[in-house]
Amino acid sequence: MSINASGWRPEAPISGGKASPTTTGNKALMLEEALIFEIGDTTTTGVDLVEPVAATSRLGDLARTASIGLPGLSEPETVRHYTRLSRQNYGIDLGFFPLGSCTMKHNPRLNEKMARLPGFADIHPLAPVQTVQGALEVIQQLAHWLVTLTGMDSVAMSPKAGAHGELCGVLAIRAALEARGEGHRKIILVPESAHGTNPATAAFAGYSVEDIPATADGRVDTEKLIARLGPDVAGVMITNPNTCGLFERDMRVISDAVHAAGGLVYCDGANFNAIVGRVRPGDLGIDAMHINLHKTFSTPHGGGGPGSGPVVFSKALSPFAPLPFVEKTDDGFHLVEEETAGEHHAGAFGRMVAFHGQMGMFTRALTYILSHGADGLRQVSEDAVLNANYILRSLDTTLDAPFGGSGPCMHEALFSDENLADGFSTIDVAKGLIDEGFHPMTMYFPLVVHGAMLIEPTETESKAALDQFIVALRSVAERAKAGDVSLKSAPHFAPRSRLDETLAARKPILVWKDPGLAQAAE
Amino acid sequence: MSRYFTEDHEWVDVDGDIGTVGISEYAQSQLGDIVFVDVPEEGKELTKGDEAAVVESVKAASDVYSPVSGTVIEGNPALADTPGLVNEEPESDGWFFKLTLSDPDELSGLMDEIAYAAFVEKL
Repeated sequence: MSINASGWRPEAPISGGKASPTTTGNKALMLEEALIFEIGDTTTTGVDLVEPVAATSRLGDLARTASIGLPGLSEPETVRHYTRLSRQNYGIDLGFFPLGSCTMKHNPRLNEKMARLPGFADIHPLAPVQTVQGALEVIQQLAHWLVTLTGMDSVAMSPKAGAHGELCGVLAIRAALEARGEGHRKIILVPESAHGTNPATAAFAGYSVEDIPATADGRVDTEKLIARLGPDVAGVMITNPNTCGLFERDMRVISDAVHAAGGLVYCDGANFNAIVGRVRPGDLGIDAMHINLHKTFSTPHGGGGPGSGPVVFSKALSPFAPLPFVEKTDDGFHLVEEETAGEHHAGAFGRMVAFHGQMGMFTRALTYILSHGADGLRQVSEDAVLNANYILRSLDTTLDAPFGGSGPCMHEALFSDENLADGFSTIDVAKGLIDEGFHPMTMYFPLVVHGAMLIEPTETESKAALDQFIVALRSVAERAKAGDVSLKSAPHFAPRSRLDETLAARKPILVWKDPGLAQAAE
Repeated sequence: MSRYFTEDHEWVDVDGDIGTVGISEYAQSQLGDIVFVDVPEEGKELTKGDEAAVVESVKAASDVYSPVSGTVIEGNPALADTPGLVNEEPESDGWFFKLTLSDPDELSGLMDEIAYAAFVEKL
């Protein structure tokens, strides 16, 4: 059969605009891959099931008679299909991955070894607590270190990643305001330099969102923010370090003003990786902050199930933190749940998830913390900031660095497309980088910068690796500044060139349809 | 009929007490190819500055604010299937919604075409 018979892929030129010289469409041993539905046939199966003898169906007329159309593959065909797809993927284990705001951090193999220990990997969330004391100790120890590193009072371990953590924090703020009879405060202020999820979280929790502009140097306009505070404001959500890669220096002033006006302070701690060991958010007057374990503590992005975004709380918000949590007493570790919380934690706003959080991520993050130690964690932050500043200062004469004059950046360097030739934009630079063998940076975010290019090298890249990237980006940027038209059709060496992103977004094909059936229906 | 613009690049055409709202040519050129538009439903009460519609391009999702207060009469039904109209005809067929103005005095705070052109020139 021919490859990709359904024709579902966008019509895209073969690289270099030349037709493939091979019959199969493959290029050497990097194979074109068909959809799984197009491999094998429905009579093939990878398993040999015995026909059940004793069972009689009680479905009656409800029993399905037609084929359900599952793909039929043998085991080796299945293994090859997914292995081939994995070769087309790009990941941090393959090369430099400078996605700003995403923190594509190296995942140390020691983390993986620990997470796979059967005592952690093979336990069930409903196992009796006496049988999983070691796992509870891991949760409790990680909680201890997160509270210590942030200088906060308590932590909710169960939220499943950044935006879920934001929701957890804002729900705690709402519970605290309602507890003091101030549920009428309905506005949350969000600076332009915040992550895009912040306003979405506030709106989801029932608040109206008001934007606070950024100053010309890329930080929150403190005067405007303070001027907007009042009896209708529930709180603020500030990303610090912010999404322009800058530290919000006025954080303490802002927190004090928000508290004086009766509000509470949420900090988006997604960028905590830039300041671990240097700054304790608790000292900045923050009431709640989530920590992305995958960004700051090196757990994989989406590896082995959902992520993990624990939320640390100030003393003021701790009574409202969600259940469950692990507590240590003289006779071991316990889970504080609805049945056991009682007066001891009566203010909890509820719970975020069914169980206790993502055990695999907890084990990895604790491994990272303990294997690095205090000095190691501090060095991680410092190296991440050093690497980003090396990129910023190596390229700020080639590309426009809108906040280059605002002092050192934190863990990410931000450029704009302002000085590219007319008709050239960030997308052309990104596609050119693919030809050079580099995954592109984050594009067109943050929105406060025209044609933003946000580059986050992370701490584990060597100077040699950074230099290679800088040489490649400088060369592509110079071509874009000179108006080199060949860049408009890059990438030239990727299996596909420019895909039609507009068509893909306007008319996405999300479900495979049997071409035979589709034809019959017409 | 007269046309007014906001600093957020919405325009409103006013005919009697009926306003037609869309986004400017400049706004569509900045957004890039538009892939999805969410327009308000009939009967929705809007206050000037309220988030009235959402426009999504390949680059970003943006809110469209109501340039005036009023009650929505209809959203542009054509945008559901052909959001690209906003790119092609932003200031005519690509309109977002029509509303009955509740406070025509608000128009005096908006820019006319000449003032808006000068405003865009400075960006």
